[in-house]
Amino acid sequence: MTDRNSRAWVYIPLSMMALFYLVPMFVMLNTGFKSFDEVSLRTMWDLPSSISFDNFVAAWDALAPNLWNSVRIVVPAATISSALGSLNGYVLARWRFRGANIVFPLLLFGMFIPYQAILIPLVDFMKNVGLVGGMWGLVIAHVVYGIPITTLIFRNYFATIPASLVEVARIDGAGIWQTYWRVMLPLAIPSFVVALIWQFTSAWNDFLFAVVLTDNTAWPVTVALNNLAGSQIIEWNVQMAASFMAAIPTLLVYIFLGRYFLRGMMAGSLKE
Amino acid sequence: MQATGTERGTRLSRKPRLNPVRMKGGAGLLLLLPSILAVLVFVYGFIGWTARVSVSKWKGLLPDYTFVGLDNYKNLAADPRFAIDVRNTAIFTVVFVLGCLFIGLGLAMLLDKGIRAEGFYRSLFLFPMAISFIVTGVVWRWLMNPAVGDRASGLNLLFENVGLDALVNRWHTTPTWGIAAVALPAVWQMSGYTMAIYLAGLRAVPEGLREAARVDGADEWQVYRRVVLPLLRPVTLSALIILGHISLKVFDLIIALAGKQVALDVPSIYMWTTTFDGYFFGRGASIGIVLLVSVAVLVIPYLWYTLRNEAEQ
Repeated sequence: MTDRNSRAWVYIPLSMMALFYLVPMFVMLNTGFKSFDEVSLRTMWDLPSSISFDNFVAAWDALAPNLWNSVRIVVPAATISSALGSLNGYVLARWRFRGANIVFPLLLFGMFIPYQAILIPLVDFMKNVGLVGGMWGLVIAHVVYGIPITTLIFRNYFATIPASLVEVARIDGAGIWQTYWRVMLPLAIPSFVVALIWQFTSAWNDFLFAVVLTDNTAWPVTVALNNLAGSQIIEWNVQMAASFMAAIPTLLVYIFLGRYFLRGMMAGSLKE
Repeated sequence: MQATGTERGTRLSRKPRLNPVRMKGGAGLLLLLPSILAVLVFVYGFIGWTARVSVSKWKGLLPDYTFVGLDNYKNLAADPRFAIDVRNTAIFTVVFVLGCLFIGLGLAMLLDKGIRAEGFYRSLFLFPMAISFIVTGVVWRWLMNPAVGDRASGLNLLFENVGLDALVNRWHTTPTWGIAAVALPAVWQMSGYTMAIYLAGLRAVPEGLREAARVDGADEWQVYRRVVLPLLRPVTLSALIILGHISLKVFDLIIALAGKQVALDVPSIYMWTTTFDGYFFGRGASIGIVLLVSVAVLVIPYLWYTLRNEAEQ
């Protein structure tokens, strides 16, 4: 019917939109690679005459401790919440018990709540247990509020595994834990990738929890970047380079593991 | 399977068989328990606690749980700043949701044509999803620099350079409608996501159905209008709900883009500043609850509907 030639016009609007999506990236990098002498708001769109790393060096000096904080917060947060999610997903998909039909929706609702509705008790609670200021209070918050989405990712996956497999394991005498550990877990590696990178991305990009639960020694990169952008001292060109650095880890995850990232995103809107 | 097979002997001898029915439910519940307890406390317990604070007098560093009924809510209803917040949220929601739906559907329809570079474009439209609102806000703050004339920069400068002077504007510093400009970076960030769910919806439309319409003499446009778009209604509804609840919660983007300005205030920012800068915990809690209720009105029917559909399948 329609051959490729008659569809060529499609590339025109698509490429125009592609430019729109790339504008912020262009500005970040174009500015980042200019030397301090060359940077000016008036020449924002001009290409650098030579490549310089002034801005990235300055941004690194300002953000390095916070980038490291982010890593130390996000890695345990993503790992623990994915592990918990895999257990929950397995139980909810495969083991019937009374009330399962109530537990799951209640769990899922936790994924959508505006965190402003739990912020005051959360900060109070963390103060009472001595976890405000450092990283661990924030890690715990990411883990707990990550449980709904990780549970959903694993439950959807485990529900596709034939019941007969679980049945065979049970006949072989494997208990619930054995079945999980020896049968289900090895099958669920792709779901682990989905859950881990989804949690990695959301925890890395979080601002609200971090700003109320950590102090300046434990600030992750989002809070530090926001403060840097709000200060009068740091020039806009350094802010651009800093923004790029803050975005790089999650961008790399997206570039190399985009397929899994998409699946997490779809699960998050209950579309899987 | 081999692994569990070899496990068999040792397992049976080590542990007596439990009543299988009890093991079924009991052991499962035991594995779930830590997470259920955590969510029960951190989500539902904390919501209850916030609700309690919202009907208390608490203002200041020390907790004061004196019951004041709905006073905080009544004050909120009469609060001019909260009125601005509601108006801002409404404008933001309209621009953001419509922007995402139109761009998302448009891109999905273009990509659905079966072009060779589909994967490339799809990845490109989606990458902003991976970036934090803070980064987006900081970059767009400079793109939407409101200066004009000799000091113009960012998009205004670009518009001048390419002769689109009519588009030069003051962005988020525009009186009254500034918040609409803030929705622009939000559209940049989330329209790719809308495209992804529309594309999935389009792919689910059976080709035979379109073919049948073509045989009946419908042109491409009519096929879309009469066959495809009506079938996409459920997709639009879920996109509407997901995007709508995101716009009710929008927070970091505005903070990074413009800081705490009353002109660009929204409920989530008001809650944050009144609580943690002003120590007005009673009022902060009541804003939190109002936000929760508005999100719940959107999301609970959606959850209910989705889970019921799933159970029927």
